[in-house]
Amino acid sequence: MKTSLLAASKAALLAAVLAVNSAPALAQTEIQWWHSMGGGLGDWVNDLAKDFNASQKDYKVVPVYKGAYDESMAGAIAAFRAGNAPHILQVFEVGTATMMASKGAVVPVGQVMQQAGVKFDTAAYVPAVAGYYTAPNGQMLSFPFNSSTTVLHYNKDAFKAAGLDPNKPPSSWPEVAAAAAKLKASGHKCPFTTSWVGWTQLESFSAWHNVEYATKNNGFGGLDARLVFNSPLHVRHIENLANMAKQGLFVYKGRGNTADATFVSGECAMETGSSGLYANIKKSAKFSAGIAPLPYYPDVPGAPQNTIIGGASLWVMAGKKPQEYKGVAAFLQYLARPEVAAESHKRTGYLPVTKAAYELTEKSGFYQANPGTDVAVTQMIRKTTDKSRGVRLGNLPQIRTIVDEEMEQVWAGRKTPKQGLDEAVRRGNELLERFQKSAKL
Amino acid sequence: MSQQKRVLFRSGWLPWVLLAPQAAVIGMFFFWPASQALLQSLQQQDAFGLSVDWVGLDNFRQLFNDSGYLASFRTTAVFSLLVAVLGLGISLLLATMANRVVRGAMVYRTLLIWPYAVAPAIAGVLWLFMFAPSIGVVSYGLDRMGFQWNHLLNPDHAMALVVAAAVWKQISYNFLFFLAGLQSIPRSLLEAAAIDGASPWKRFWTITFPLLSPTSFFLLVINVVYAFFDTFGIIDAATQGGPGKDTAILVYKVYYDGFKAMDLGGSAAQSVVLMAVVVVLTVIQFRFVERKVNY
Repeated sequence: MKTSLLAASKAALLAAVLAVNSAPALAQTEIQWWHSMGGGLGDWVNDLAKDFNASQKDYKVVPVYKGAYDESMAGAIAAFRAGNAPHILQVFEVGTATMMASKGAVVPVGQVMQQAGVKFDTAAYVPAVAGYYTAPNGQMLSFPFNSSTTVLHYNKDAFKAAGLDPNKPPSSWPEVAAAAAKLKASGHKCPFTTSWVGWTQLESFSAWHNVEYATKNNGFGGLDARLVFNSPLHVRHIENLANMAKQGLFVYKGRGNTADATFVSGECAMETGSSGLYANIKKSAKFSAGIAPLPYYPDVPGAPQNTIIGGASLWVMAGKKPQEYKGVAAFLQYLARPEVAAESHKRTGYLPVTKAAYELTEKSGFYQANPGTDVAVTQMIRKTTDKSRGVRLGNLPQIRTIVDEEMEQVWAGRKTPKQGLDEAVRRGNELLERFQKSAKL
Repeated sequence: MSQQKRVLFRSGWLPWVLLAPQAAVIGMFFFWPASQALLQSLQQQDAFGLSVDWVGLDNFRQLFNDSGYLASFRTTAVFSLLVAVLGLGISLLLATMANRVVRGAMVYRTLLIWPYAVAPAIAGVLWLFMFAPSIGVVSYGLDRMGFQWNHLLNPDHAMALVVAAAVWKQISYNFLFFLAGLQSIPRSLLEAAAIDGASPWKRFWTITFPLLSPTSFFLLVINVVYAFFDTFGIIDAATQGGPGKDTAILVYKVYYDGFKAMDLGGSAAQSVVLMAVVVVLTVIQFRFVERKVNY
């Protein structure tokens, strides 16, 4: 903290000196961009800003790493209250409803583009990605920046050792259980695990089977949406997982993405999780890994539909100067350029933002050279339904925590799947009522 | 308390001036934030503070209708009791031992005081690493001895983990005070007792312990406050309140709702409740425990 403060004050001093020396000649407009991309992804963000800054002279985008998603959001909220919010803020997908409800705090991206006179065609964007960030009237609210979706990662070496075909990953949940049983018989201690229980096993699961997660089109239709993920199909799935847990086929590895490390290390042989894990697996895993579509129940009509996104989008904050908004628009337009977006997609494993970027990537032969990278894309590039467009609910981060809490009781055998789901729905709905009240004010 | 010395100031303003710096600090860092919490506990606002609505006691009503919140009182009581008792017991033992060390006393003391400099979140992560199921050093060892450690699903294991981390972090502080207390006990008393043939055990309980009682009492209050307020970082890093809500103590929920969920009204209401609980506890301690203290 101290060093960063010192560095910041030094930077400020330097900036002041520079400003005095070169004020009239270089009237660059600075655009502050707060993000949560650490490590290799941080390099990616910095490169994007650097390349944009080099591509023109009027604006300078300054990316600032502000900690994890929830931290940068809390930081930006505090900054907004104090009157010095950044221009662009990266917000994780579960924060979308909160941002949307804060009308005075943000400016819709569509409006920013329009006022800056930038040509902006929402149809160019991948529907399942952009749809999540689009208002009912068709206006894009935030810019889809880094989106991932839920897939099944599996360890090909472990499959071979268990006598399974490494090129034929399980596609349905019964097949997952069967493969897990074989893996266990071959001595594997953790045949199957999952990260983000709420996201992979309930939210994306619902969209994949084209059933509602919450009423009102999963919250897209209004603030009075209520959770309904205790339907017979959901109970059946959680029962299935609980049975697998009892037999040692599914091993719970904690909340959030903590399970990811157990797959990358080789401890767990299969994992449902984010497609964004690809880069990490490629870098660190000492085995040959495969990516398969998220498993489903083949007897459910309409399945598989499409999975839903995770990741984050870029929000434009309110209360800035018109000139600055022009810069924001120019930068977002730059990010959406097919060659830039395709490069981002290839570099990070995040989904392509626009259809053109996808086609460009396909043409370059990237998917052939890196098998599995197209799984997430094909899961997403489909026409979405009202039930599968995504989940947009207030207090969604807390609802995920509630799901974690209740499911832990189920995996431990202290609650039945039905009890756990019912209780999670009841507690979650209390939060939704509360959100509806505070957002209406 | 019989013989109090009273210092009388002639001037009327001097005592106020002398008090002013302390009063300013307390006002700024305690009374102002506390009054803000009181105010916010009666409001409901959206995340960005764009709309603020007075909701009266709604936030409190909501809290006490939440069975999870009420259960968290029990969790907090168990956690605080364990942290205070274990923390005080172990550090008293260590201080007594360290007080008898002749050679290299400084080294022992420094090592024992060290953990105090560790941030709570780091302490949580440190213990989490040691006890991580299947990869942690300790859980691996336990596994080999035939004990299945899994704090992700077993509530007792989770509680043991956060208590251990919280106690470990507080031991240094307690140790420091106990050691100072031990060193201020006149040697002559202990020597006289030894000459009279009292065993070390007897000497400890009849002389050392009573003379340490002011220190112990002070530390009891401090430790309870520590367990109540200062441990959310450890819990957040080690268990995030899980499994279920089995390690979600009151202050963790305050932190979670306020800083992660950005529900300032609800979080403020909880901190008001928490403040009331600690005030009551401290009053009880001063009323009933302090009577047994010899100054």
